[in-house]
Amino acid sequence: MTDEVKLYGVEVSPFVARVKIALNLKGINYEFIQEDLDNKSPDLLKYNPVLKKVPVLVHNGNPISESLVIIEYIDEVWKGVPIMPKDAYEKAQAQFWAKVIDDKCHPAVLKAILSHGEEQAVAEADEQLQFLENELKVKGSKFFGGDNIGLVDICAGYTIFWVGAAEEALGIELVAKDKFPKITEWSDNCINCQAVKDGLPTRDGLVAFYNRLFGKAE
Amino acid sequence: MGKGSEIKLIGTPPSPYVNRVQIVLNLKSIDYEFVEENLACKSELLLTSNPVYKKVPVLIHANNPPIPESLIIIEYLDEIYSDVHPILPSGPLARADNRFWANYMDTKFFPLFEELRKTPGKEGKKAIMKQIIEGSQLLEEAFVKFSDGKPYFGGDDVGYLDVVLGCFLGWTKFVEKHNEFKIFDEARTPKLLEWTNRIWSHEALKDVIPESETLMNFYMILMKYRP
Repeated sequence: MTDEVKLYGVEVSPFVARVKIALNLKGINYEFIQEDLDNKSPDLLKYNPVLKKVPVLVHNGNPISESLVIIEYIDEVWKGVPIMPKDAYEKAQAQFWAKVIDDKCHPAVLKAILSHGEEQAVAEADEQLQFLENELKVKGSKFFGGDNIGLVDICAGYTIFWVGAAEEALGIELVAKDKFPKITEWSDNCINCQAVKDGLPTRDGLVAFYNRLFGKAE
Repeated sequence: MGKGSEIKLIGTPPSPYVNRVQIVLNLKSIDYEFVEENLACKSELLLTSNPVYKKVPVLIHANNPPIPESLIIIEYLDEIYSDVHPILPSGPLARADNRFWANYMDTKFFPLFEELRKTPGKEGKKAIMKQIIEGSQLLEEAFVKFSDGKPYFGGDDVGYLDVVLGCFLGWTKFVEKHNEFKIFDEARTPKLLEWTNRIWSHEALKDVIPESETLMNFYMILMKYRP
């Protein structure tokens, strides 16, 4: 049976990007449906009536929502390149750090960006990123889980790339690269991976998005 | 039960997130040591075990570093003790569905209770109670779908969502009484109401969910330290 895989999302959402990267890692062919979040399609509302958000993966007509839930689903259905660690303890660790990223790091970095680099917001973002920096230092590996790309890399490995685009649009530095050498190195390692590159928006596209967001002329 | 007492659970009895883990440990007949925390004065052990969130529950299994976050702990226990009372179903789609609803409960439904506690004034509280009731109706629909005519979310016996929602029943009863409204009732959420009565007396839950007095004491600490 040929699988029918559709992904509803927007190019510039990091939550959507992570699902694209997971699909790419597994070599899954999918149809990407670009949503207009100010005018959500009937399909999106049908497939995610509870939260009405992107990303939504539809596999053979079955919808799955919430990026981390989608990624674990993808990993369970399609064998091949594993995304979650096999060892139960390492898996728990990966799930934990993915949660830290979503609960703490991502909101703090977003706030720093949206506030145009307000001092307090940047300080908070730095504090959250420090947890990740410390953990990467302790691990000392190329990717978060070791030699191969895994869940945490998919979720946040390219943070510096993403923040870099916002910095270009704002014309200021938000995350001091010299304060976060491990996170910076990690970002370089991740975006050199083809599956990641193909899942992320282009640098220009992302800068243009932030320019629009900040109301600057293109 | 050989693996038994290598498990330590750091927690506080009134925390529903801690209760969740206790329920799963009971369902799987796992022995464990309960290390009680005082949330008004957190121990070194807790602060070093969970430096990021500094919260309970935290599970320590043998010589492994600690695992925080109740849902992550549950998945971990389900994997290492997979032969006794599986909590999550085996099919990927069913697992995704279960995880989605647990996520909904933890990020959308339960935070409303905290908001209710912190909101002063009748009007403000009324607005949140309305949201809680709307949420309970979504949960009723979810229960009907998952149970498919059987007694629990998990089917014939307690499963993932029974644990994830069931752990809160002490608090829902407390909040209902304290705020004089019904979260689960016969008219709006008949199936879920039946479920609450059924699960309240289930072996694995009944000695875990705290009494009103314990919850009242905890409530007062929350009002003091997290107004």
